[in-house]
Amino acid sequence: MTDVCVVDYGAGNLRSLRTGLERAGAEVTVTDDPARVAAAGRVLVPGVGAAGTAMTALERRRLAGAIRDAAAAGAYVFGICLGLQLLFEASDEDDVPCLGLLPGRAVAMGFADRVPHMGWNDVTPQADHPLARALPAVCYFAHSYAVEPAEAGAVLGTTELGGRPFASVAGAGRVAGTQFHPEKSGPAGRELLRAFLRWSDRAA
Amino acid sequence: MLRRRVIPCLDVRGGRLVKGVRFRELRDCGDPVDAAERYAAAGADEIVWLNIAAESEGWHELLRAVERAAERVDIPLTVGGGIDRPERARELLLAGADKISVNSAALRTPELIDELAERLGSQCVVVAMDAARGDGGWWTYSRGGMQATGVETVEWAQEAARRGGGELLVTSIDSDGGRRGYDLDLIGRIREHVRVPLIASGGAGGAGDIVAALQAGADAALAASIFHDGDTTPDDVKREVAACGLPARI
Repeated sequence: MTDVCVVDYGAGNLRSLRTGLERAGAEVTVTDDPARVAAAGRVLVPGVGAAGTAMTALERRRLAGAIRDAAAAGAYVFGICLGLQLLFEASDEDDVPCLGLLPGRAVAMGFADRVPHMGWNDVTPQADHPLARALPAVCYFAHSYAVEPAEAGAVLGTTELGGRPFASVAGAGRVAGTQFHPEKSGPAGRELLRAFLRWSDRAA
Repeated sequence: MLRRRVIPCLDVRGGRLVKGVRFRELRDCGDPVDAAERYAAAGADEIVWLNIAAESEGWHELLRAVERAAERVDIPLTVGGGIDRPERARELLLAGADKISVNSAALRTPELIDELAERLGSQCVVVAMDAARGDGGWWTYSRGGMQATGVETVEWAQEAARRGGGELLVTSIDSDGGRRGYDLDLIGRIREHVRVPLIASGGAGGAGDIVAALQAGADAALAASIFHDGDTTPDDVKREVAACGLPARI
């Protein structure tokens, strides 16, 4: 069993995520306790809603610092949807500073002919990374902003919208995430969650 | 490529699946979670639950059913019906819904859309509207299509998107239940004027109707009786969609 700590900051549907992780073989703790987050070996940052509201909630509950502490201590940190965007330095949505664990920012998807990007779309691997090994896959998206990693090597998977690719899986070191919702992406999503649970830079 | 979506819609009341004709002669048809799970296995891209209970009747039971669905269904679930304030939307999301849909309450108080979008994020706020053809266009009806509002539907669609609705679910009252196809003119008109995803609803009699709605510009098509009566399955419909050259998740 792999232990996973899901950060609970009032971000909406955590029930599907908990079940999805458990089905993938995880022992799941859903918590808003900063001490438990800071001490966890695998931290999952979920997210729906707006960046400003989410960062305020994370700061108010002292969870922002706890996630940074966990990362500094060597935890594997994984963000989903807004949770991925929050791992970067800032978001254009509400113009807020975010957790700053990955260089780059979340930007509005002005290039798309349809916003929000809503529904099932292809995710294509762009790197030889433990998470990218669950790809290619067709996964479920629901978002209006997307991340732009400052370093090209941080783009682990891409998805095309309006004829232009954006980073739908991104990460560096032990910090990564997906713009889509693996817990809502059927069997393909389960594979991705399993990849997160197995992810280790020691085994490689 | 972004896939067009096929979405079964289930009527629920007091946490139970019900079927009837235009909200009348309702009969209990079992557990909506079982049904959602079956449809997910049969290729549904999303599930919509429409809560047709009056006022607060069965709200607690609805929340419990949403919780169970979140544990068993691994595709998105939208829940609508009876959401007249942000707290109710939040309760549904915390129970495990992925999106909520508002209809009559948003017509009464359009600012509700802004508030929901700001607090919950546009991507989980669906604005549903029931439209009927009338003088010079389409007119919006509230309370399950029973009450005229005097609001022109294409204008309302634009306003709903401008206020932060992340998706529009547009039902043609004229076509609903008739199984003679969606109102393609209505879909086309709204598509011309809004940039958010559009779900067509009302009138599906078979896969061909769904293909026509998607060709008319809908991003997704909602259907109920063709699936519930076992005429076809989401997978069968999507094969037809793909055969007609539109992207589908198969």
